[in-house]
Amino acid sequence: MLALPASADEARRSGYDFMSRATRAMQDEDAANTGMLWVKDGEALWNGKAGGANRACADCHGDAVASMKGVATRYPAFDARMRRPVSLEQRINLCRTEKQKATPLAHEGPDLLALSAYIGMQSRGMPIAIVMDENTKPFLEAGRETFNRRQGQLNLSCAQCHEDNWGRKLAGNPITQAHPTGYPLYRLEWQGVGSLQRRLRNCLVGTRTQAYAYGAPEFVDLELFLMWRANGMTLETPAVRP
Amino acid sequence: MQLLMVFALVCTVGSAYGAGDTMPASLTGTRGDPAHGRAIVVNRQLGLCILCHGGPFPEERFQGDLAPDLKGVGARLSEGQLRQRIVDSGKISIMPAYFRTEGLIRVAPAFQGKTILSAQQIEDVVAYLATLRD
Ligand code: HEC
Ligand code: HEC
Repeated sequence: MLALPASADEARRSGYDFMSRATRAMQDEDAANTGMLWVKDGEALWNGKAGGANRACADCHGDAVASMKGVATRYPAFDARMRRPVSLEQRINLCRTEKQKATPLAHEGPDLLALSAYIGMQSRGMPIAIVMDENTKPFLEAGRETFNRRQGQLNLSCAQCHEDNWGRKLAGNPITQAHPTGYPLYRLEWQGVGSLQRRLRNCLVGTRTQAYAYGAPEFVDLELFLMWRANGMTLETPAVRP
Repeated sequence: MQLLMVFALVCTVGSAYGAGDTMPASLTGTRGDPAHGRAIVVNRQLGLCILCHGGPFPEERFQGDLAPDLKGVGARLSEGQLRQRIVDSGKISIMPAYFRTEGLIRVAPAFQGKTILSAQQIEDVVAYLATLRD
């Protein structure tokens, strides 16, 4: 069992390490991992023609197994045209609107979740590798500030739970270190696959904090900070969580 | 009138924390109801206490361990100290201030301008905690 909160130099731990043996087994076995259904749907979407351009993702990118390998480890990534970091979901929608001439997919809708799970899956087992340069840094700092700021009616910061109290229990649930190692992932409580931003909304709602809209810059900055904080940790997409 | 008094009390005693850690006067002028207080403490949407605290609530399977066990807290602290602790301890702590609306940011719309518990609910909780003597 996990003991008391540790000093910062102690090894970082994925949410996986805090799970029961049964839940881990679900993630370990592709046949038992319900998230794989979304991955399968994503593969079909990858290969299906769409939009005014009548082109599939595969028409430009070829076989995702090769071309998408490692991509999810670098997102959110700085986009020169948007002049800010964009999430993987936003990157997918940029391709949809600009290259496929199709309507953007809804955040948390089944298609965007399926495509991001399929793309994420191509990096499973690889280390998270956010690139930090001068362009990206201000956004990282904004995300860090959100992480450390007390907010909401309960006046709690992310750090108070996930840095100061990880390993302890909140109403019986272990508090993790909040490393976004497995998204999108299948959450038993959701009975479905959800994005990192959906998970963050859960924590915001729990502290009675006004949540950000999906895709909002503040959310992407927070996501960027969390991914950077997890640099080097292994990507588990599609993970399973309680 | 009574509300105004309560407000003045919270402001003065709340900010003067450090000089004393106690708030002897009832927020409502009367004693709370311990049975109501217990129901509030174990309610995960209302009191939220057992998200963080454990305590003598054998029927509650999932309790927190971020905070001291509430068992025996009525023997450790006076009613005034318990009240101060819940209203706003003034300490840098993870424990929310239950009777405070100022100095908070990005409060969800449904909770804006509202305290976590009402004066009456806090008195009920104080009355209940005071019974936890062993
Ligand atoms: C009051 C405590 C608390 C606060 C404050 C809090 N969280 Fe959490 N968080 C939790 C708990 C408990 C879990 C695990 C819940 C579960 O899996 O059932 C969790 C899970 C997570 C996860 C999922 C980790 C994984 O392995 O998938 C992330 C990411 C996360 N939180 C980020 C945040 C961020 C960012 C904030 C601030 C905006 C925040 N949390 C605020 C308690 C908190
Ligand atoms: C988010 C976490 C959290 C919640 C929710 C919470 N507390 Fe606390 N509480 C703490 C912590 C942590 C302490 C330890 C002292 C400190 O850090 O301020 C504490 C201390 C106390 C103390 C002093 C205990 C002692 O032995 O000195 C009392 C009494 C108390 N809390 C009662 C309550 C009650 C009643 C509720 C609900 C109405 C509640 N708390 C909700 C975290 C919490």
